[in-house]
Amino acid sequence: MEALTEFIPYILQNLINALQRGSFYAVISIGYSMVYGVLMLFNFAHGDIFMLGTYIGFGIATLFLTLFAGFLPGPVIFIATVVITMFLASWIGVFVEVAGYRPLRSAPRASAAITGLMIGIIFETGILILLGAKRLSFPPLMESIAYNIGGVYFTNVKVLIIILSLFLMLALHTFIQRTKWGMAMRAMSYDFLAVPLMGVSINVMAPLTFAIGAGLAAVAGILYGQAYPILDPYMGVLIGWKAFVAAILGGRGSIKGAALAGYLLGFIEIFVATIFPSTLRDLIAYSIILLILTYRPRGFFGMEHSTKLRL
Amino acid sequence: MSALLNVNKMTHYFGGLRAVHNYNLTIEPHQITGLIGPNGAGKTTIFNLITGVYTPTEGAITLENENIKGLETNEIAAKGLGRTFQNLALWRHMTVLDHIKMAHYSQLSYGLMGAFFNTRKCRQQEARVEENAYRLLELFDIKQHADQLVTNLSYGAQRRVEMARAMATNPKILFLDEPTAGMTPDELVQMIKIIQQVHQDFDVAIFLIEHRMKFVMELCQYIQTLVFGELIAEGPPEEIQNNPEVIEAYLGKEDLT
Repeated sequence: MEALTEFIPYILQNLINALQRGSFYAVISIGYSMVYGVLMLFNFAHGDIFMLGTYIGFGIATLFLTLFAGFLPGPVIFIATVVITMFLASWIGVFVEVAGYRPLRSAPRASAAITGLMIGIIFETGILILLGAKRLSFPPLMESIAYNIGGVYFTNVKVLIIILSLFLMLALHTFIQRTKWGMAMRAMSYDFLAVPLMGVSINVMAPLTFAIGAGLAAVAGILYGQAYPILDPYMGVLIGWKAFVAAILGGRGSIKGAALAGYLLGFIEIFVATIFPSTLRDLIAYSIILLILTYRPRGFFGMEHSTKLRL
Repeated sequence: MSALLNVNKMTHYFGGLRAVHNYNLTIEPHQITGLIGPNGAGKTTIFNLITGVYTPTEGAITLENENIKGLETNEIAAKGLGRTFQNLALWRHMTVLDHIKMAHYSQLSYGLMGAFFNTRKCRQQEARVEENAYRLLELFDIKQHADQLVTNLSYGAQRRVEMARAMATNPKILFLDEPTAGMTPDELVQMIKIIQQVHQDFDVAIFLIEHRMKFVMELCQYIQTLVFGELIAEGPPEEIQNNPEVIEAYLGKEDLT
């Protein structure tokens, strides 16, 4: 009995940690899936777009905190930071599509993949040159308040991260289901050819998709900065690859799958770390995922792909 | 009255291969034109050239006296050119109704902000689209499937969805790439009726690729025969039917020995 009263809070505690971790992976991996659905390519610069988004968020947050702290209430500064960062970061997405991928639209997909990796390296070294190798620390946008309910500890920041991520994903879901652009995105993931015949311009849809992915990644960056307040130019690499794994696990092109797989990844990582030494965490967690993919190579919601050779 | 669509001396090369040579086409408003020819003659390539999937190496294409050569597919589509594909280009896991709604994309003029705040303009346009979509579904006899995923429909019904989708873009001219491919005889008869009805109910010209002679002869007012990328004969059905060159292209040379 006593073991149970200790066990349940322990599980709940880890669940909350897993949800927070999963939120980052989910929100970032959606960016991979959306782009894949629309253009059949994985944007390997996405992890570094996340990194740039975090830096932009850092800049905006620092600016607003120095200018308005004391005048404006904390939540207003937070919301303003999120909205403006999202807006600015979405232009990075547009830039990456127009400058990086558009000229390669009819080139082999391998060329596009290499371009993505190169854009990522350019972003990393660009930040390195611009701001130096010094690690920066993300300013807290709100006062952290800790709660303890029945032995489960959590902070308002954690709750905010989880709720805001869910809200963003629901908003995206509504956009995809209800608006004409969302409908066009869904259509493109099933058959690319017929979509322009409906009067839909690929040159509008592609940058829009990149913009949404980048905007989401930037919000994830701000939230990440609240949970782990350290910025460095290579912060997007590992988390980017992990989010990519989530996108594959969810099923190529499936937004719902990417989100679910992102959370699953969070859960696996956290629970593996509770059982095994934390240095082995990634090794064991990703072995589990490899095992899942061995038995389900399409991922959770992946469609079978038949490549069309002629029109 | 001037021609609706005019293609003048269109030639196209894929690398060193000449796929289409000196192709001419005039389609008058409300006319049904057929394009026949053996496999690999370049019929679908001609569709792709006119609809903007490829840009022809040489020649001119005008729609209502406006140049459309070199425009993007979506721009040409918006000017009034609808199309179906030989191997159905449907969005498998979307509903039938969503297909038809999607085809109204150009007719929905609300912006991102309008959608975000769900303005009255946005709601009105969506309602009008839905109404129009149901009207088309009824006409193409797929209303009962409105909320089903297209992948669950019979092949004939899927073809009708594709055609309804093309008509929903409100085209002035409709391109049909082998509309009866893979159909059962019953579905074929139904398809002829549907095409005749579309032709009657909408002010639309039709340009179709077809293999079944019966179908072409029954529907078309004018027929072109393409062999190895070149037109070898064109004219009204009766003329084409008895043209020895056409017969040869289809059946081979008569053996007199």
